Amino acid sequence: MNNLTLIVVLLALMAIAYQVGLVRSKAVAGTGNNRLHSRPGYYGSLVALWCGLPALALFIVWSLLEPSIVRMLVMADVPNVASMSDTDIDAFMRRLQAISSGFGVGDVITPIELAAAEQFARLQNIAQLCKLAVMTALAIFGLSYARKKISPDLRARNQVETAIKVFLAVCSGIAILTTVGIVLSMIGEAMRFFQFVSPLDFFFGTTWNPGFSSTGHGDGEFGLLPLLWGTLMISGIALLVAVPIGLMTAIYMAEYAPSWFRSFAKPIIEVLAGIPTIVYGVFALIVVGPFFADVGEMFGIQVRATSALTAGFVMGVMIIPFVSSLSDDIITQVPRALRDGSLGLGATRSETIRQVVLPAALPGIVGAFLLAASRAIGETMIVVLAAGNSPQLHANPLDAVSTVTVTIVNQLTGDTDFASPQSLVAFALGLTLFVITLGLNVIALYIVRKYREQYE
Amino acid sequence: MNTTQPTVGDNPNREALRAQVAQSLRKRHAREKRFRRFGLMAVVAGLSFVAILFTSILTKGLPAFWQAQVIAPVFFDPEIIDIPARPQLQRGETPAQFEERDHAWQAELGMVNWNRILENSVIALKPELSSERRDVRAMFTSAERFRLRDMVIADPSLVGQTLDMKLLADANIDVWLRGNIDRSLPDEQQQLKASVRALADQLHAEDIIQIKFSTALFTNPDSRSSAASAGLAGAFMGSLYMMLIVIFLAVPIAVASAIYLEEFAPKNRITDIVEVNINNLAAVPSIVFGLLGAAVFINWFKMPLSAPLVGGLVLSLMTLPTVIIATRAALKAVPPSIRQAALGLGASKMQTIFHHVLPLALPGILTGAIIGVAQALGETAPLLLIGMSAFVANIPGSPVDQATALPVQIYLWQGNELRNFFEARTSAAIIVLLALMISLNALAIWLRKKFEVRW
Repeated sequence: MNNLTLIVVLLALMAIAYQVGLVRSKAVAGTGNNRLHSRPGYYGSLVALWCGLPALALFIVWSLLEPSIVRMLVMADVPNVASMSDTDIDAFMRRLQAISSGFGVGDVITPIELAAAEQFARLQNIAQLCKLAVMTALAIFGLSYARKKISPDLRARNQVETAIKVFLAVCSGIAILTTVGIVLSMIGEAMRFFQFVSPLDFFFGTTWNPGFSSTGHGDGEFGLLPLLWGTLMISGIALLVAVPIGLMTAIYMAEYAPSWFRSFAKPIIEVLAGIPTIVYGVFALIVVGPFFADVGEMFGIQVRATSALTAGFVMGVMIIPFVSSLSDDIITQVPRALRDGSLGLGATRSETIRQVVLPAALPGIVGAFLLAASRAIGETMIVVLAAGNSPQLHANPLDAVSTVTVTIVNQLTGDTDFASPQSLVAFALGLTLFVITLGLNVIALYIVRKYREQYE
Repeated sequence: MNTTQPTVGDNPNREALRAQVAQSLRKRHAREKRFRRFGLMAVVAGLSFVAILFTSILTKGLPAFWQAQVIAPVFFDPEIIDIPARPQLQRGETPAQFEERDHAWQAELGMVNWNRILENSVIALKPELSSERRDVRAMFTSAERFRLRDMVIADPSLVGQTLDMKLLADANIDVWLRGNIDRSLPDEQQQLKASVRALADQLHAEDIIQIKFSTALFTNPDSRSSAASAGLAGAFMGSLYMMLIVIFLAVPIAVASAIYLEEFAPKNRITDIVEVNINNLAAVPSIVFGLLGAAVFINWFKMPLSAPLVGGLVLSLMTLPTVIIATRAALKAVPPSIRQAALGLGASKMQTIFHHVLPLALPGILTGAIIGVAQALGETAPLLLIGMSAFVANIPGSPVDQATALPVQIYLWQGNELRNFFEARTSAAIIVLLALMISLNALAIWLRKKFEVRW
């Protein structure tokens, strides 16, 4: 019987265990001082947990170890196992699987394969039966153990709730595991990369020309500076577009706009935040790029359709709602007293905003600026489609550039053997990107939090 | 009194002072008006960006749903389709051997001259074209002959029958008839021969080729050789599998984490670190998650490349922080009076949370989950890094088959060389993606409005 059936059987056993616990608890219940500590359902759940959890743990461990153990036992009897590589062994096991399951293979079956397939089938049967037997034994043992413990004094509800609390804590551990996984895996692969290329060459090199992995190792030049410069140029243009528009939008919405206008315009601008970045990329490629090229032609300037300007402009449009909603929160948090004081002294509204509200909100706005910058630096799809692909150090925003994120995509969408420096450099780049965005986020959140304390 | 400033009461300076004050007041009011106008212009700029984006995508993409099709009767000529019946499973035969025989039969069926059947369908309407079979064949897109083959595989009784069918025309014919290519270009720069173009115009004038609404974009898998039949079906299934994995994996784990962090975790340094950690994870660029998927899932766990399973796992990790933050906000919004009332009546903490707080926070949690799923639907970069940049020609049957996703399909199509056909098709695919996302967001907003409780 296969794994799914085993799980179903286990669930059925747990349901039976629940009923057993329920019935037993009602049977031992007395009255007065001898009443049950918890409601009967908790006793049932306790018995079900004792029945199911040990068996489930065994199932997981067994299923993880079984394939490699069976493989070891089967390959021990195959004659020329030393000469077979890992992929050969994989293919051999797949054939055995097909033969033993009755599906058959297309070509002739050798006697060795036949004998190995028979042993494979036998081992699998034995393993499945043993697994079933041990799991059932554990389940029944757990059931009877828990049932024996049922008495009016047993604090079933507390034990069940502790089990649930442990489960919740494990779930929240997964989020930490993710961060740890990101950092460890990237550091690991980046360390392997730095064995090929020295960190100084990487972080301070000015040429990016990785070459192809088939031409040998370490042949290429892996200088980060052109990519970093491209990233900064595009992010700079994006912020130049987004910060004025976003900030003025926030100020207008917060101070001047009538409420009907606010409730109409705000959601529409928020829509910009929800559009997938690939749509922005295609929009930049199809509409904005040719538009800028045409405008450039009108003025006699050579503007490429895919350039830093196109990508930066569209990225700026994408970031506008980000800046706008963050600034809106911060501006509305400035206390009314400051505003009313300034207005009471005869300042116009714009003077109040420019000389009182904005300086008061400045730390928060700087925080919003840094968060928007971190978003712009980490953006991929817009740049992949619209920035051209030219990793060179130049100061012309009307020409093509390449960024860190584009390079990661280019280097990794190819072979999957992570042994060549061409693939490993993607992890070094990713690590750099992660550290930069993490740094910006931490500083931004620190500034915003510190500012919030000022007025509370 | 010793005043140094002249006051308005002093007669000779009164007019000058008033004029000075009036002038500066005018300047300040003008500055105020300019500032206000700047603000309004910024808002209008933002709104117009949204309008430009949507109108350009709609105008480019909507026409792609109407494709040039050949309307003709197709006769499944038994003399052309001259092959034996499909093999049946015999006793004593292993499934592998039967599969081989079946594949051999299908290969034989593929060798049938379906093109001739296609040409005959048009020639039946205009017999004078029987001398221009080559040109007639160029009317159809290359995958239509496989469509006929698949119809016969599914229903062998079709042989000998005549069906009125709508057959997709070739992409270049579609481009020519629509006027998407400059008609005045010389022959070397045109995609089709002159005779083919003339025939296409003639058939179009006689309504044998019509431009009709076609569901090919929705029902066909992607295709390299036959541009006109490239569709989104494979991408749909891939995205669907991934969204299911995200919903059933990320949302429960995220809600459980948020409940623990909000209600049970002790207020010490470790919990602080966990909180900061989750907030930072929410702001990490999506491509870093792709690198994590490539390094851990593909390289270490050796999971299949380009499978929706791996994509779903990576997207779940990305959605986890978003849903955790939304759930925590929803739990915080439930007033303490509810909790204290439950505790006061003798409930335990766990009972309070699961019987009272969680049901009340459920609308907020649902909204956060739907928005998280909608964001995951539109992600492209992490999927590119786990191998989904390859061309996948069939619809995945299970989460471990090779697949692609909607945003990745858009990325692949926009790089296609046949620009004047695929630009419209890419925009149409974007319309489909945006429609899905807008409906998800609208669902979230509707749920929030319907179940919102003001405490």
